[in-house]
Amino acid sequence: MSDDRKRAAGDDGRAGAPLAEARTEIRITGFGGQGVVLAGHIIGRACAIHGGKQATMIQSFGPEARGSACSATLVVSDGEVLYPYIRGTDILVAMSSEGYEKYRDELRDDGVLLFEQDLVHPTFKQGQKSVGVPSTRIAESLGRAIVQNIVMVGFFAGVTGLVPEEAMRAAVGGSVPAGTEELNLKAFAEGLDYARHAVTAPTLELRRPPAEGVTV
Amino acid sequence: MKADPAGVLTGAHYLDGDFACGEGAMAAGCRFVAGYPITPSTEVVERIARRFPTMGGSFIQMEDELASMAAVVGASWTGTKSMTVTSGPGFSLMMENIGLAAMMETPCVVVNVQRGGPSTGLPTMVGQADMMQARWGSHGDYEVIALSPQSPQEAFDLTVEAFNLSETYRVPVMFMMDECVGHMTERVVIPEPDEIEVVPRRVTEKSKEDYLPYRLNGHLVPDFARAGDGYRFHTTGLTHDERGYPLMSAECQEACVHRLVEKILGAAGEIEHVEEEATDDAEIVVISYGITSRVAQLAIEMARERGIATGSLRLVVVWPFPERRISELAGRVGGLVVPELNYGQISLEVERIAAGRCPVWHIGHGGGTVHDPETILETILEAARAAA
Repeated sequence: MSDDRKRAAGDDGRAGAPLAEARTEIRITGFGGQGVVLAGHIIGRACAIHGGKQATMIQSFGPEARGSACSATLVVSDGEVLYPYIRGTDILVAMSSEGYEKYRDELRDDGVLLFEQDLVHPTFKQGQKSVGVPSTRIAESLGRAIVQNIVMVGFFAGVTGLVPEEAMRAAVGGSVPAGTEELNLKAFAEGLDYARHAVTAPTLELRRPPAEGVTV
Repeated sequence: MKADPAGVLTGAHYLDGDFACGEGAMAAGCRFVAGYPITPSTEVVERIARRFPTMGGSFIQMEDELASMAAVVGASWTGTKSMTVTSGPGFSLMMENIGLAAMMETPCVVVNVQRGGPSTGLPTMVGQADMMQARWGSHGDYEVIALSPQSPQEAFDLTVEAFNLSETYRVPVMFMMDECVGHMTERVVIPEPDEIEVVPRRVTEKSKEDYLPYRLNGHLVPDFARAGDGYRFHTTGLTHDERGYPLMSAECQEACVHRLVEKILGAAGEIEHVEEEATDDAEIVVISYGITSRVAQLAIEMARERGIATGSLRLVVVWPFPERRISELAGRVGGLVVPELNYGQISLEVERIAAGRCPVWHIGHGGGTVHDPETILETILEAARAAA
């Protein structure tokens, strides 16, 4: 039975299975201009070109002008990806509040939320793992807020372990504009490093205690 | 011959179907593209426009789709492999000049990244409802070739095949992608140039004195002479004799038009390209194409788990239609299931060929997304129950 088949049939038998070993459905969301699609492209490329997996990326095409909510989805699998769209989210990467609000309900009960902690203030849900990163501030500390998405990609790599770090690094280097590789690889390393310190894999504990009144 | 290395971006890439189609065109030797931007096809020409300067190609953004198709016909007559790229509304506008290309026997490729219609419909969302238009959209009798890729990898591979077929048969080839495949990014492996077989323009070896543009030379496809090589000839959309001059008679019409049809249908056996799986002992066979074939594959796996011997026949080349093969299947299976993102196009052809020998179950869908595999599964199960 293909991984696709399991998911499509609603046979959600992979609870507790490592993220890397089944059809993993990912959505990355943010506002136009944050590099949402490039982040998705890098993760997909890391999986499909450098990570020995199949990865199908679909970017949302709507009237998404700069500044409004935009998203990219990825299906990552060890086997062939037949159904190209996601039917729920195993990993939701939210880089904007609007994107989070729009897609929070599709996150599976055992899903993982990664969020830009200065921009997104999620409602934590029992069973879902939620981890934040101040990716914009980290990017600013590197001198260029524009690499926020790459900090997030590094954070994603560290938290999920979906593909080996080297695969992600190769994908970053191969996807960003020529001449910016060093800055972007630095941003990636910062995100990865933050994940290592912020999160105790694989339990994905919260670094920050939840705000008062929030159930984790 | 082998591909010109200048157009081949060898390696493993992470590309969407539109980019992969553009790469396929360049690998096939396409060096002229004229088009007018339209979602979801624009990325094809964006890719080409960026890369063409490195290989001596020309891209022109035309004033509209009528002019785009006209420019492609003209460019092809210089011997340059030519292509245009559009989606539904633009495809409609191209129809008159697609007929001209067919009548003048002009090799060219027309890419239609199908979106939901009719009219401007769903610009950013998937459809498969232009399949009949690809075949019958221009007036008069003619035949075309149409292909339908199911992945970015196939968007590359089959674009090369589309050019090769257009050169072999001197016919416009319709490359019927869909928005889902066009906007889907996956691994695409582009081979080395010497692993890519390309068909060059078959230019006449006859002298300028002996050459007639539509005189046959042992083959239903006439020899080609490039404009600019000093061959003096006439070509027209009017019914023409072998000199290419208009001749308004029933006899000339019969000779001219019947050959346009026959050169394709007579070669259908060579042009046809289907992919079959487990059809030999199948009780039910699912016939699909493009993105729908991937979703159908899921449903087929689910049906097999429920004990239904289910086979798959995927149309890689949709036109000419694989009549003989489908006829054989219709004579021995319990049902043919045809999911497609329209309300009945290819299913009608399947019904025509099945001719009542087995039930044909159409699964229509208006587009905007793909079928749920469960929906296709339900129909397979229903077809199996009916056949039992």
